Amino acid sequence: MKLESKIPAGPIEKKWDDHRFNLKLVNPANKRKYTIIVVGTGLAGASAAASFGELGYNVLAFSYHESPRRAHSIAAQGGINAPKNYPNDGDSIYRLFYDTVKGGDYRAREANVYRLAQVSNSIIDQCVAQGVPFARDYAGYLDNRSFGGAQVSRTFYARGQTGQQLLLGAYSALCRQIDARTVKFFPRREMVELVLVDDMARGIVVRNLVTGELESYSANAVVLATGGYGNVFYLSTNAKACNATAVWRAYRKGALFGNPCFTQIHPTCIPVGGDYQSKLTLMSESLRNDGRIWVPKKKDETRKATDIPEEERDYYLERLYPSFGNLVPRDVASRRAKEMCDKGHGVGPSKMAVYLDFADAIKRNGKAWIEEQYGNLFDMYHEITSEDPYKTPMRIYPAVHYTMGGLWVDYNLMSNIPGLFVIGEANFSDHGANRLGASALMQGLADGYFIIPYTIGDYLASTKFSPVKTDDPGFRESTKAINDMVNRLMSIQGTRTVDDFHKDLGKIMWEHVGMGRSEKDLKKALKLIPELRKEFWSDVKVTGKENDLNAELEKAGRVADYFELGELMALDALQRAESCGGHFREEHQTEDGEAKRNDKKFSYVAAWEYAGEKKKPTLHKEQLEFEYVKPSQRSYK
Amino acid sequence: MNFTLKIWRQKNRNDEGRFVEYTVKDISPDASLLEMLDVLNNDLVRKGEDPVAFDHDCREGICGSCGLVIDGRSHGPNRGIATCELRMRSFREGNTIVVEPWRAKAFPIIKDLVVDRTSFDRIMYAGGYTSAKTGGVPDGNAILIPKHHAEEAMDAASCIGCGACVAACPNGSAMLFVSAKVSQLALLPQGQIERSERVQRMVAQMDAEGFGNCSNNYACEAECPKKISVDHIARLNREFIRAKVVG
Repeated sequence: MKLESKIPAGPIEKKWDDHRFNLKLVNPANKRKYTIIVVGTGLAGASAAASFGELGYNVLAFSYHESPRRAHSIAAQGGINAPKNYPNDGDSIYRLFYDTVKGGDYRAREANVYRLAQVSNSIIDQCVAQGVPFARDYAGYLDNRSFGGAQVSRTFYARGQTGQQLLLGAYSALCRQIDARTVKFFPRREMVELVLVDDMARGIVVRNLVTGELESYSANAVVLATGGYGNVFYLSTNAKACNATAVWRAYRKGALFGNPCFTQIHPTCIPVGGDYQSKLTLMSESLRNDGRIWVPKKKDETRKATDIPEEERDYYLERLYPSFGNLVPRDVASRRAKEMCDKGHGVGPSKMAVYLDFADAIKRNGKAWIEEQYGNLFDMYHEITSEDPYKTPMRIYPAVHYTMGGLWVDYNLMSNIPGLFVIGEANFSDHGANRLGASALMQGLADGYFIIPYTIGDYLASTKFSPVKTDDPGFRESTKAINDMVNRLMSIQGTRTVDDFHKDLGKIMWEHVGMGRSEKDLKKALKLIPELRKEFWSDVKVTGKENDLNAELEKAGRVADYFELGELMALDALQRAESCGGHFREEHQTEDGEAKRNDKKFSYVAAWEYAGEKKKPTLHKEQLEFEYVKPSQRSYK
Repeated sequence: MNFTLKIWRQKNRNDEGRFVEYTVKDISPDASLLEMLDVLNNDLVRKGEDPVAFDHDCREGICGSCGLVIDGRSHGPNRGIATCELRMRSFREGNTIVVEPWRAKAFPIIKDLVVDRTSFDRIMYAGGYTSAKTGGVPDGNAILIPKHHAEEAMDAASCIGCGACVAACPNGSAMLFVSAKVSQLALLPQGQIERSERVQRMVAQMDAEGFGNCSNNYACEAECPKKISVDHIARLNREFIRAKVVG
């Protein structure tokens, strides 16, 4: 199989404009004759569905939530990037492009990233027009802050609830289209199968989560906007329902999976408390703008943080990276925190945490200022840990947060299956091996508002469609396959719960396919995961009925997919014998412990093709070319 | 910690429903109430019983999915948090904890503690937006907004749409929810053009869904996980009267 990225020719700043001109258009009067399915209604899905609706397409939007407003985009705290250069600090589209390619450790497509930077300014305008209450200064202008490894202030924010406000903006645009009857919204439906007709994506099968019924829907194109797969690790900052099922079932139907091992471990999360824990809570990394990260110089320190004098503290990020200090990219900050704890400098009851200290910022700017900037985050921390961060430093530790990998797509955001588009976190996307802060919201909305509305038209206008009905064999077979899987899961009636298995899988993933990976560990994971998977299929216990609201059954289907995906992640991490961004192979590091890339051998996107049950998937490579940002060792010193 | 739980169980919308008593043991005081329910549910599954259905997702107080009436109060005894943020250290050892779903005419029960809140969405469909088309909008800084208006709009926009206000209200009123959206957009220049139509349509939809009226009880504000002020209800009323009088 040849991977065609379909990157247009010409200078990078003209590619998207030229491409847009070359895209075929659907006549306005014909648009309503085309049906588009959008699965997932978070930032990417809601913005895409709303934009399709405005254009006049017939849109069917699906979510496993009761309302689009519940999608996990809502939990993004810090902000959204756009190189408006409002603060006059030297920002430009090119600089955002440059920072993102470098931040992704040279494993993203230049052309995609440039386009992302180009359209990002329009996102801010769009959101303002929707009534998103971004932070303002006293003259009424939009306020910016610097965020996550950027040396310019290009991040727009709405307190610590930027994702919430952007999602509610996209949701309101979607509401308007639902009101206008261009979009039909189907709540509490989980996509369980992608349906191909003549090798084209022509529909989906969903499980109605209230009645348990399997329902079929046909369309001219299917757009997956179903988010990331961080929950493979069980403990992550993802919401509980976030899952990989939609993308995984598409993968099993032939869609390629790009860079599955690229996982982002976020440095500022509240540390793990105990076995009961169901998820990890992120503290926005905007906190790193004013908080200082440190550990005690003495190993196994037992004194309270506030009792440790200044000279006995190691502000290790400021020491190691004088120019970026506490604002180094997420992968670097995470790895250094782990290293400090592994060396015995960790703090808190588990000794797997470092301090994030606001004492200096409070002294400098006053408590009221801190409260205005971070009030809700401080409250959240206080609520969870019962410690007051205004008085004592926060304890933080890295946690799985985002997955840069996802289904492979070309420049038009279409997968290798004609008619199957993938947007937002669900695609392998524009972030390379590491995503910079405040760029996930940017990508989700860029894809949904400003890219796919154009590119999908080209596909629809240039494709001949045969009529497809939902009782066609493709739908019947898919429905039968899901019924069989459900019956199999329900009939095992073993001794262990789905959560038990999920937790065990998460432990394997965190220990062997987590922050530091080695050949030995990965090989061990590739042995342990299939063993556990086998046990799952013979000893899991799913109670209740299939034709009812049944959360255990929902979880069981998702965990079954995680087993396969987890294995693919380990396989991908093993073949990538280099360190890049969030993918850190212990064997490949510089003398001072930084990620050591191997551009000669690994400057490619690893795109995996499903080869059938229990067969090793096939690896395809898309070579990456860097014409503008020449790969160099990332340095934040 | 050990607790006795009295949990509302109801098979479906038409089932009568009843309280069922359970006991849970060795719960960490740092566990959240939902994590305590996870422990209970895993025990029930191991025993072959149907676990308790409840809505939840982000578990950090922002998605608005979870919503339980705990010991008679929306989201439990603490102020300004959602159910998922409630930690077991808020209860005393050996307590009996009563857990119920939101109870309101406009939120029919689907199963156990899961209710149908799509009535909120239908209110939003009836004008909870500005009709800004994708593309074709001015530069963000072309619309200046006084900081205090932006801040107040943000206070209102913090609403997570959980429905605690409705569950807390003796009239099952959705006035706090509706007012938060109306108020946000009424405070901003972007919302002015459709101001009158918006408030009238949203209020009409609210009434059609079977939500009650506001009788200044203020339980909604007291139980709101985002501490949204009833001042917004006052603004909603003003907007409504203005729309009726001025048009």
